[in-house]
Amino acid sequence: MYLTKDEEKILNGEMGEVQERLFRLLVRLGDIYGADKMIPIGSVQVAGVSYKSIGDPGTEFLEDISSKETKVKVLTYLNPAGMDLEDWDKLGFPKDFAKNQLRIINAFKRMGIVITTTCTPYLAGNLPRFREHIAWSESSAVSFSNSVIGARTNREGGPSALAAAICGLTPNYGLHLWEKRQPNVRIKVNTNLVYNSDFGALGYLVGKTVKNKIPFFTGIKNADTDQLKSLGAAMAASGAVALYHIEGLTPEADLTNDKGLETIEIGKKEMNNIYDKLNSGEEPDVVIFGCPHASLREISSICRKVEGKKLKKPIWICTSRLMKEASDRMGYTNIIEKAGGHIVADTCMVVSPIENMGFNVTGVNSGKAANYLPGFCKQKVVFANIDKLVEATL
Amino acid sequence: MNGRMISPGKCRGNAIVSKEPIGFYGGVDIKTGVIIEKNHPLEGKSIKDKILVFPCGKGSTVGSYVIYGLKKNNVSPLGIINEETETIVATGVILAGIPCIDKIDISKIENGDKILLDSDNGIVEIERK
Repeated sequence: MYLTKDEEKILNGEMGEVQERLFRLLVRLGDIYGADKMIPIGSVQVAGVSYKSIGDPGTEFLEDISSKETKVKVLTYLNPAGMDLEDWDKLGFPKDFAKNQLRIINAFKRMGIVITTTCTPYLAGNLPRFREHIAWSESSAVSFSNSVIGARTNREGGPSALAAAICGLTPNYGLHLWEKRQPNVRIKVNTNLVYNSDFGALGYLVGKTVKNKIPFFTGIKNADTDQLKSLGAAMAASGAVALYHIEGLTPEADLTNDKGLETIEIGKKEMNNIYDKLNSGEEPDVVIFGCPHASLREISSICRKVEGKKLKKPIWICTSRLMKEASDRMGYTNIIEKAGGHIVADTCMVVSPIENMGFNVTGVNSGKAANYLPGFCKQKVVFANIDKLVEATL
Repeated sequence: MNGRMISPGKCRGNAIVSKEPIGFYGGVDIKTGVIIEKNHPLEGKSIKDKILVFPCGKGSTVGSYVIYGLKKNNVSPLGIINEETETIVATGVILAGIPCIDKIDISKIENGDKILLDSDNGIVEIERK
């Protein structure tokens, strides 16, 4: 790979040991995947933030880097933490967990990373433009930025995204190149998708089926950004889909070459099977929305459904701090809390220790959450649309 | 068999083979090295001190830290063989220093095969009795 004089200097250790170590990782990845050069990036999103996910080894790795006073070069956001960074005590997050979580947060802060911990950075002030090169790692945010916005990023691992942030560079390969963004399988959807959970179920099935391919969807007539985030998140969790195109909806779809692709058809029957497959529980102990983090539109729609009601089972809505603030101002938070629900910021169900908080069966409308909860949180899952889930809490 | 070096090193051990992709985050217990993904063909099996063979990675990008953590906790596989190593696994093995090679036809490898993985030279050898 071609390196500029300045980049050679980083590699020779002239910019310090930390930059050298992290840049070496980027050069290595570039060499493996056939990058011709490094390219500057507009922004970064770093995954691997929850103490539950990265444990002591990851925490020590991050503290080591931050102790050398290394700073990031571009706008860098974080993935969700393992707890609400402000209300953790009130919400019942364990104290020893909180102590370790805050160590991680402080290490990131010291590097100059914005402590906005969300899997939807594009809803919270980190919005790339069409064709901008970025290095993001949260798999659902990678999918959203590539597919819905048309920015360009590979699926970065937590450490490679951090390396990109500190060097301001990423190797030019994979989804940074137009020829690698062409679809290689067609998904013909023959059924109406109504609820966000329908998009989650579709995404779960397609991710399982196509693994790391680039699907080209036809037959999806309309979808808002909440539904697209649900679709992409599920495909990235059950498979490794980092980019998808939807005919008529996403910005690169009309520009790609979709001739002669193998076609997979998905109808009502396949969708029903997925709903059945994702359901392993009967009555939820808790219903959690916001995987990926809820938008203000999603919060307001839950708010309308629970207004004036008394919940027998709690509802949690996970979101970013910014959306929570807007929700507070609009009075949604108050209405939801009065009914017996909570808006939880900075974290999500998958990365928080819910299995230690007395829950065994969790209701979700997210294909991504349904994919992770059984293994990682030892939860049985009720997978259903928002109306059925709210009904189950009353 | 010849492949592409992802992360250098040389090791010898018994193969544990998954025909399905592996998502390390949420799929493998970082403290024990046991596969915990529900309904995964290797659910309940330990990958510690094995040569782990699978087609490709999947799922969360936090997987890199899990691979790094497995190594730090002394429960990592000795080496990894893939059909196609994607960035998440590559980042993890480079950081952890686990030998890894890809572009290998993994259908030729069976559970329990004795494997020599020589990533430095891009070679995988099956030493059957």
